[in-house]
Amino acid sequence: MSIKSALCAATAFTLVTAGGAFADGHSATITIATVNNGDMIRMQGYTDTFTEQTGIAVEWVTLEENVLRQRVTTDITTKGGAFDIMTIGMYETPIWGANGWLVPLNDLSAEYDAADILPAMAGGLSHDGTLFAAPFYGESSMVMYRTDLMEKAGLEMPDAPSWSFIAKAARAMTDRENDINGICLRGKAGWGEGGAFITAMSNSFGARWFDEEWNAQFDTREWSDTLNFYKNMMDDAGPEGFATNGFNENLSLFNQGKCGMWIDATVAASFVTGDDSTVADSVGFALAPDNGMGKRSNWLWAWALAVPAGTQQEAEAKQFIEWATSKDYIELVAANEGWANVPPGARTSLYENANYQAVPFAQMTLDSILSADPNNSTVDPSPYVGIQFAAIPEFAGIATEVSQEFSAAYAGQQSIEEALEKAQAITNEAMEAAGYR
Amino acid sequence: MARAVTTNRKIITTAVAWTIALILFFPIFWTILTSFKTEAQAINDPPLFFNFDWTLENYAVVQERSDYMKFLWNSIIIAGGSTILGILIAIPAAWSMAFVPSVRTKDILLWMLSTKMLPAVGVLYPISLIFVEFNLLDTRLGLIVVLMLINLPIIVWMLYTYFREIPGEILEAARMDGATLRDEILYVLTPMAVPGIASTLLLNFILAWNEAFWTLNLTAANAAPLTAFIASYSSPEGLFFAKLSAASTMAIAPILILGWFSQKQLVRGLTFGAVK
Amino acid sequence: MATKASRSAARVMMAPAVVLLLGWMLVPLIMTLWFSFTKYLPLRGDSIERGLDWVGFSNYSRFISSNAFWPSVQTTLIMVGGVLLITVVLGVLLAMLLDQPLWGQGVVRILVIAPFFVMPTVSALVWKNMLMDPVNGIFSHLWRFFGAEPVAWLQDASLTSIIMIASWQWLPFATLILLTAIQSLDSEQLEAAEMDGAPALKRFWFIVLPHLGRAITIVILIQTIFLLSIFAEIFVTTGGAFGTRTLTYLIFQRVIDSQNIGLGSAGGVYAIILANIVAIFLMRIVGKNLDA
Repeated sequence: MSIKSALCAATAFTLVTAGGAFADGHSATITIATVNNGDMIRMQGYTDTFTEQTGIAVEWVTLEENVLRQRVTTDITTKGGAFDIMTIGMYETPIWGANGWLVPLNDLSAEYDAADILPAMAGGLSHDGTLFAAPFYGESSMVMYRTDLMEKAGLEMPDAPSWSFIAKAARAMTDRENDINGICLRGKAGWGEGGAFITAMSNSFGARWFDEEWNAQFDTREWSDTLNFYKNMMDDAGPEGFATNGFNENLSLFNQGKCGMWIDATVAASFVTGDDSTVADSVGFALAPDNGMGKRSNWLWAWALAVPAGTQQEAEAKQFIEWATSKDYIELVAANEGWANVPPGARTSLYENANYQAVPFAQMTLDSILSADPNNSTVDPSPYVGIQFAAIPEFAGIATEVSQEFSAAYAGQQSIEEALEKAQAITNEAMEAAGYR
Repeated sequence: MARAVTTNRKIITTAVAWTIALILFFPIFWTILTSFKTEAQAINDPPLFFNFDWTLENYAVVQERSDYMKFLWNSIIIAGGSTILGILIAIPAAWSMAFVPSVRTKDILLWMLSTKMLPAVGVLYPISLIFVEFNLLDTRLGLIVVLMLINLPIIVWMLYTYFREIPGEILEAARMDGATLRDEILYVLTPMAVPGIASTLLLNFILAWNEAFWTLNLTAANAAPLTAFIASYSSPEGLFFAKLSAASTMAIAPILILGWFSQKQLVRGLTFGAVK
Repeated sequence: MATKASRSAARVMMAPAVVLLLGWMLVPLIMTLWFSFTKYLPLRGDSIERGLDWVGFSNYSRFISSNAFWPSVQTTLIMVGGVLLITVVLGVLLAMLLDQPLWGQGVVRILVIAPFFVMPTVSALVWKNMLMDPVNGIFSHLWRFFGAEPVAWLQDASLTSIIMIASWQWLPFATLILLTAIQSLDSEQLEAAEMDGAPALKRFWFIVLPHLGRAITIVILIQTIFLLSIFAEIFVTTGGAFGTRTLTYLIFQRVIDSQNIGLGSAGGVYAIILANIVAIFLMRIVGKNLDA
């Protein structure tokens, strides 16, 4: 083969294959962007059932949480239209809904029974009373603890513990010789990781992000109390390198039997009692701790499915959402994988189901969700909605930077005072840039 | 006597070289090894080397979840397409620079390289908006063009350095024989520069294959290559070392194998004009 | 020697590459410049169709006066400098070693260059999880085996960790280029020097190193271009925490996390300026070396 014909062939190859991209695009295919969490991956496995029922084919784009956020946010703000359904959370939904970027979901069918969605979830996924995303699963946070280690320490976990009890128990359960840490908590930088945890925790210590004039509040004693309490407890009873631990790292530690307690998302309950866990038989649950100030430190979150405005396949997309967040889908998963593995925290009827009530963590999950109130999350009044976040567009950026300063303090690279000073400056600076102050 | 010294020296050199090579290769070896373990074995304390039950389960799980062949095919087309397109555009440019140099040749070359310094994330919005405008989002064509443009300066530079080593008299002689410019490039220059072109192809194929910013941010379902494939395994809930290892192995295996087979070309050709 | 005809032919043949690159450079650059002078907060509803408000230089002053700016420049320089130092020094040593006769040369070479084929995302993931994890990582097992306390790499030695990962990726590239250069070294010259009784160190310093000068400059130039824009390694491992926020990453945070396109674009312009300062500096050296 001569060079010339090789080059010609190569050019032809390039053009043909590249051109092939234009030929794609069936009329009844929807593209869904989603996060790589267990429940979503399970949903992908049942896609065929949906396609059989409706004839609509589904293409999945499954991404890790941070990449997903980056991808879908860019797509919605540049009107990219690459997706027909996006998996988003309680933080994005009201903001995007207010901008008119999402298709309202107020015309779902009667069988779907939208009134069955837990009010706390529906509230967090609405803007001005219009639902913009349907919850696939919802969560709060709670204490998961090792009953055997608790017994060994001679303590008994109350249903609604206080922070001082948690700290005492954490120190008592710690056994460094045997690689057991009394408590594992998120410390990882990122607004949805350590940032979410410490914000929820600070609520119970009487702290808040902003006062009613949108001034940052990191110079208050409440914040310094929160961080000092957290760091002292984690230094004494937390795992090595906790400042880089997020949900996954802690889950893995807990499942390996290296944590006495873990305060995190209620959805983790099905993992720590599942097949991958070495301690599945000895896990107990309790409400997230409080500090006697009337607020607990549990958050509220939902992963939900939303349809970006401007999609060509609005009807098909809504059809998929109705299927994936329906009662029937829950039944389908329950029939194949057991009740413990159904997507939790979205529907009232699930918690009225006797089969589900038998699942050990069901009641505690519901109690946790019901005790979370995004509209009234702080001890002192605050101008924002949200528990572990403030539902304003600037929050993700600010909180990511603030949580990086906190993580540096956890790691001992700066003092807590320094971290709080920087957090105060970062927040006020950004709020000024956004025109709040 | 002298012989004994050299043998001794060879033994030592061999031992040192192998030790370093194995250390450098260890992360890859460990990833491949872990991909054959169960999740529990993957985090066993102490770490398991060969004494575990080898399983292909992780590969089965990964394949069931994502259509590997689709991602692989996109990777091949995007990396291959952008490299070939780049070479086609770069050959004439490199020819002019090497054989008809002007005072500005070097400046142009360095300017071309400097276009690579635009931080990708800084132009994410401009590029995304352009892609939306021209309906290029999630198309292979769009990615081929972008990756070609990103790597074009490197391609031009590499080809330029190879062409410069070819004596101009040969081209001159061809011209005397009545060869047109096109013939000159196609039938005289290109065949002589084949080793150089081969290593340019290889290097740019590797660079395009591994590009992970644009390939992730400008694709959805249709044009997503292996960089997007890996983004769905990077930190899922629960234990994931073994599945991550399997997905990683699948993502790097094709390019690793290609690299190994073509290692000689790469070693011979990768000079960037460093050798006179 | 070049005739007028071939000069114009040369221009025509340069044209596609030059025009394409010019477009690739100018179009995004002009848009970035435009955005950098406007208030562009997409999450607050700003968009090009609605028209962006002109805000003058306020994005520029805000970006540079932020507490994060200078540390990020410093981090960028330390990271790039660190990786260059490691890869060049180890690269020279490794290239000299691989140039010696040894058994299994082919296999050794393959093993050494393999890291270059690994995607940055994958190598960052592998290092973070399988090697550097303070509980389950290989390093922690190794440390415990020798009775030491495991290191929380990404927290206590964060920048060092990222330099390690990037060096691992780029060492093969440096080694390859340096190896080709060494192989072209006139061995008779070296042997003659050896005969004359010149000690190994002197031979290295006065013969080998000058010969490698050109190759080293090229390694530095090419790697700098790639290292300045390092992203995946930071995104996957620390997310910019613990003093690993480079200028590129800071821009990422402004554009993606804060969704402040105007501010991020101003940062992009600063990054271009920084890159060009580095580039001019480098090209002075390389330019000289390219002629020599």
